[in-house]
Amino acid sequence: MKNIKILGTGCIKCKRTEELVRRVVEEMGIDAQIEKVEDIRQIMEYNILSTPAVVIDGIVKIKGRVPDRHELETLLADVQLA
Amino acid sequence: MFNWLEKGIDWLVYQLMGLPVGSHFSSALHFFLYDSIKILILLFLIIWMMGIVNAYFPVERVRHFLSRKKLYGLEYFLASFFGAVTPFCSCSSVPLFIGFVKGGIPLGVTFAFLVTSPLVNEVALAMFLGMFGLKFTLIYALNGILLGMLSGWILGKMKLEPYLTDWVREIWEKAEAEQRNIETSPRSFWQRLPDINREALSIVKSVVLYVLVGIGIGAAMHGYVPEGFFERYLQAGAWYAVPLAVILAVPIYANAAGVIPVIQVFVAKGIPLGTSIAFMMGVVGLSLPEATLLKKVMTLKLIAIFFGVVTLCIILSGYLFNWIFG
Repeated sequence: MKNIKILGTGCIKCKRTEELVRRVVEEMGIDAQIEKVEDIRQIMEYNILSTPAVVIDGIVKIKGRVPDRHELETLLADVQLA
Repeated sequence: MFNWLEKGIDWLVYQLMGLPVGSHFSSALHFFLYDSIKILILLFLIIWMMGIVNAYFPVERVRHFLSRKKLYGLEYFLASFFGAVTPFCSCSSVPLFIGFVKGGIPLGVTFAFLVTSPLVNEVALAMFLGMFGLKFTLIYALNGILLGMLSGWILGKMKLEPYLTDWVREIWEKAEAEQRNIETSPRSFWQRLPDINREALSIVKSVVLYVLVGIGIGAAMHGYVPEGFFERYLQAGAWYAVPLAVILAVPIYANAAGVIPVIQVFVAKGIPLGTSIAFMMGVVGLSLPEATLLKKVMTLKLIAIFFGVVTLCIILSGYLFNWIFG
């Protein structure tokens, strides 16, 4: 099972990212646990400078922006194979 | 540059839709369509240019650069400059602040970045260009960068590290310049271009609604607020108008897209430019929601000092603008 975290302190962009990730994961039928991390200390452990960020299995894949749907699909397709 | 657009909108409103020339509604519609499209085009161009800068100088590399080099004061300029060209989201200010502290960047330099970032950003520049012209926009951008440098430098001199919250102070004490090199992507400009385009489009999409609502409010106010309205009630020329405008502005929060069309109305209806700009900077640059966010990393005392210094610098630039354009 994949572990996907969305890092963000609760701004609109972070919420949009979370919604999008949940939708795409469901559509692609990926077995994943999705978590929203809002605690700033936990967020800082990933050594990022801007939110929102998407972390898949501990690796920061996207930071500082809302990903677009196509990009997210490609990304998730890659990890699904891995 | 935008003659073609004006002609196109003329044709659309007066020929295709057949509205009478000079009526209230048709001129408001014309104004709204022309301004919105012009500003959206400018916005896309500016974000696109910033995208190119960011592809080569992402904020990670800025941090790396600022933490490694001794720059003899130039670091304030660089931090402030990068604050201007980095796309801004208020929700990123906390992670960014901690990230900079963690990288061993002096607090004052970090503040310089933090102050300029909301004041000079893609949306503000596009709207100023569309509504006030190029010369004014350049002066505004330069002023924003100077303001960040000055505030940062003053705050840096005050030795404020003890007023960080405990856990951030711990990070600060353990701070070290990052040794690891930022991975340089070997991709060429042409390979990066699709990403830059896509990102520019996605940023434009995410602010388009605010921009349109802002311009709409501005257009409506143009019609309903009579000439000289503010002057009559506010004694807009009085010496205390600038500090008053800034102090009123701090508790209010709106992004640049929402407030610039409003201050354009202020200016058109007789409030001096510097006073209006100072009001706008107070609204965009300092706010209670931001203070709440910063509470996670700074003690109340530090937030108060930070806001106080920035408020003073904004008031100074208000007077400066009034003096230049008065």
